[in-house]
Amino acid sequence: MPKTKVYVARQEELLPRIGYSVVCGERKIAVFRLSDGRIKALENVSPYRQGPLAEGTVSGEYVYCPLYDWKISLLDGQVQEPDHGTVATFETLLEDGKVYVWV
Amino acid sequence: MTREKLLLIGNGMAGVRTIEEILDRDAERYDITIIGEENYTNYNRIMLSNVLQNKNTIEEIITNPASWYEEHRIELVHHDPAVSLDAESRKVRTQSGIEISFDKCILATGSRSFILPVEGSNLEGVLGFRTIDDTLNMLKTAKSYRKAAVIGGGLLGLEAAKGLVDQGMDVTVVHLEKWLMETQLNEMAGKLLKADLEQQGLKFLMEKKTSRILGDTRVTGLEFSDGSILEADMVIMTVGIRPETALARQAGLAVNRGIVVNDWMETSASGIYAVGECAEHQGKVYGLVAPLFEQGKVLADVLTGCETAPYGGSTTYTSLKVSGCDLFSAGEIKEADGVKSIEAYDGLANSYKKLFIKDNRVVGIVLYGDISEENRYFKLLKQKQDISAFTSVSVLPAGGGCCGGAAADDVTQWADDETVCGCNGVTKGTVLQAIRDKDLKSVAEVTKATKAGGSCGKCKGMIGDLLTYVLGDKVATAPTGICGCTDLSGDEIVLQIHERGLTTTDEVYGQLGFRNREGCPKCRPAINFYLNVAFPKEHEDEPASRFVNERLHANIQNNGTFSVIPRMRGGQTTPQQLMQIARVAEKYEVPLVKVTGSQRIGLYGVKKEDLPNMWEELDMTSASAYAKAVRSVKTCVGAAFCRFGTQDSMGLGIKLEERYEFIDTPHKFKMGVSACPRSCAETGVKDFGVIGVENGFQIYIGGNGGTEVQEGQLLTTVETEQEVIDICGAFLQYYRETGIYAERTAPWLKRMGFDHVKSVLLSAEQRAELLKRLDEAVEGKRNNPWRQVVEDPKLQKDLYAVIRG
Repeated sequence: MPKTKVYVARQEELLPRIGYSVVCGERKIAVFRLSDGRIKALENVSPYRQGPLAEGTVSGEYVYCPLYDWKISLLDGQVQEPDHGTVATFETLLEDGKVYVWV
Repeated sequence: MTREKLLLIGNGMAGVRTIEEILDRDAERYDITIIGEENYTNYNRIMLSNVLQNKNTIEEIITNPASWYEEHRIELVHHDPAVSLDAESRKVRTQSGIEISFDKCILATGSRSFILPVEGSNLEGVLGFRTIDDTLNMLKTAKSYRKAAVIGGGLLGLEAAKGLVDQGMDVTVVHLEKWLMETQLNEMAGKLLKADLEQQGLKFLMEKKTSRILGDTRVTGLEFSDGSILEADMVIMTVGIRPETALARQAGLAVNRGIVVNDWMETSASGIYAVGECAEHQGKVYGLVAPLFEQGKVLADVLTGCETAPYGGSTTYTSLKVSGCDLFSAGEIKEADGVKSIEAYDGLANSYKKLFIKDNRVVGIVLYGDISEENRYFKLLKQKQDISAFTSVSVLPAGGGCCGGAAADDVTQWADDETVCGCNGVTKGTVLQAIRDKDLKSVAEVTKATKAGGSCGKCKGMIGDLLTYVLGDKVATAPTGICGCTDLSGDEIVLQIHERGLTTTDEVYGQLGFRNREGCPKCRPAINFYLNVAFPKEHEDEPASRFVNERLHANIQNNGTFSVIPRMRGGQTTPQQLMQIARVAEKYEVPLVKVTGSQRIGLYGVKKEDLPNMWEELDMTSASAYAKAVRSVKTCVGAAFCRFGTQDSMGLGIKLEERYEFIDTPHKFKMGVSACPRSCAETGVKDFGVIGVENGFQIYIGGNGGTEVQEGQLLTTVETEQEVIDICGAFLQYYRETGIYAERTAPWLKRMGFDHVKSVLLSAEQRAELLKRLDEAVEGKRNNPWRQVVEDPKLQKDLYAVIRG
């Protein structure tokens, strides 16, 4: 299925280390701007009890699930030990200061 | 082959410890006899203070019961002192006339309390503090008499005085010098100690010289050189100890202050040795326990033919066994030629540190209040480490990973033969071996198996580190920092924030060498809080460091929705509010409406993006039900409607809530006001609980419900509502300033000491200071967060919007 480019916000509108909830049809996506400016997107659902990752604490390249503190990589969606699993990731695109997610 | 006869004179700590060491090395070598003067088997004399302070029983301080002597076939000549020693014919005679011959003899006769040679010192009620019998005598006297004087404000005197206060006596310590423990502390630390002890109920007469003890048969008081008089029913002499050398003198051995020994603990007579407080080595007599054990080891090696390094003297340190007065002192602590010092005083934490440096090496240490780094400094001192690479800022404060100072404190890096527990002379190697061989899992088990940590207990942290080192995370409790990002404790971080003037989380992470430069969900909110309290004006609250509940001002529920709980001050509401809540709940199809545990109505299952609109339509303030902050005040109906109510509990509850709502605290802060002792508002388990009585209000603090239920303690009774409100504010601010993030008031109170907190809150002066700081700190910050969000579209967009793609 071809992917669509979904507009999220202007880059400067996204606060560093705060997650944003994006809803695109059935898909729930969490978009993050890291301290160094990189923009990352994950499915907004933690593998354990479906915590909304957009509400989690962001540290470096990781987000911690707000419900149970699972530590999840924002780069590849990998859940860190001692927990396990993977969260789907989405490619992001910065164009003319605008942030898009490929869904 | 017949075994050699070894005779030990003195059944105390040094002598028996030497025998234990000998048995460890070669249990078959000697037929052993021990002569003891006291009517007890070997016991831990340094724990007598604990017996007096109700922390231990006599049974608990007996280190070797009669069965131990039997087991090792040691003959104990009990309760029968040696009276003559013939070094030539190798014979000793006891008081009861028993004659014992020996091949080798150890003198471990210890020392005795020095009784001031003043008139009246032989009166009934004048005691030393040296033995179990002295202690029992003091306990007995405390039952029938009220006033005690302790002459001598040194270590022993203060421990004795505290013990007698704990027994309910009115105790005055009489001290000759300007400050307490003058040989171990400098003036600053000595004065801090005095202030803390005064808060614990001790009284002091400083720079007083006792000239006479008054009384006919029993003591009635003291007369001082300036002519003044102190009434006393009991006098404890703790002005010093004198080595017990009578037997050695009679035998013709060389004696100065103590029995002179060489580096092998041998006296001037061959085959006769001395260890412990009775021995003088290179002009020094030791009155502390660690050197005794070091001497005992050398002597045990000598007596069993093991190769050994000569005894080269000991570096000693002191700590006081009185709760709430943590001090540590070691080495040379006087300013002298070439000795320079670094000093730090934290008035907020009442902590004082001073290091004495000579030729770039630490030669002396005085710590008062915060003694968390005693091991690190003591290692620097003992190892004579060159500290020229450190700046004073890096050597003095808690060593973060950045400056390398922490390494010396890391017990896992120590050599195996270094002593972990100074009180009992237990080395790191012994502890490690016991953990491995006996499969030990906790500090308590290590103490049981090795005695390490069983006396003053200051090495328990290191034992914990060794357990973690061997077992990894299988240890039940491993003391570490506030989270995995750092080894620093909350206290240490706060200290550093103040000392280095750190005003942002980034500075804290960078300068204190956190392993994770952006922290984790545990430390980020904590540091954000500490900065808010330390620098309320300079530090801007960081939403990204707030847990979601506090960032969004609503509790996150397990399905990712939120709860909305409006404030109902004092649990009171109106028909209009109820209708408003009902309308909003209906409009937004709220799945659950519930009365909370704290007398408010909660709307549960709300979507994040609906929060700002619902708040606007409710037009009520936030109850902070999600926050580490002042929560609501639970009240009973009180004098307005209840036939038992003596006070207007609802009215006072509302006033407290209005005055202190929206103030951040280390953990949630709950209050309750009951109008009578029936306490329908359950104020006994509130952080701040008030009970109305006929003529005023009883105030309870430190009550906690929740996971660790703790009953509040009665702080005081006051007459007016204003006093209740002021004490509450001072309490809040003191908790804010000294609390560790996520520490509730009950453990905080325990850590700080109830008596200490009480004295702070009941001092009008300190209360006013705290209230002033509270007002300054929260000025401009105490807003209803819901209103802020409702009025700020950018905030709504930044934090609450859901983007539709």
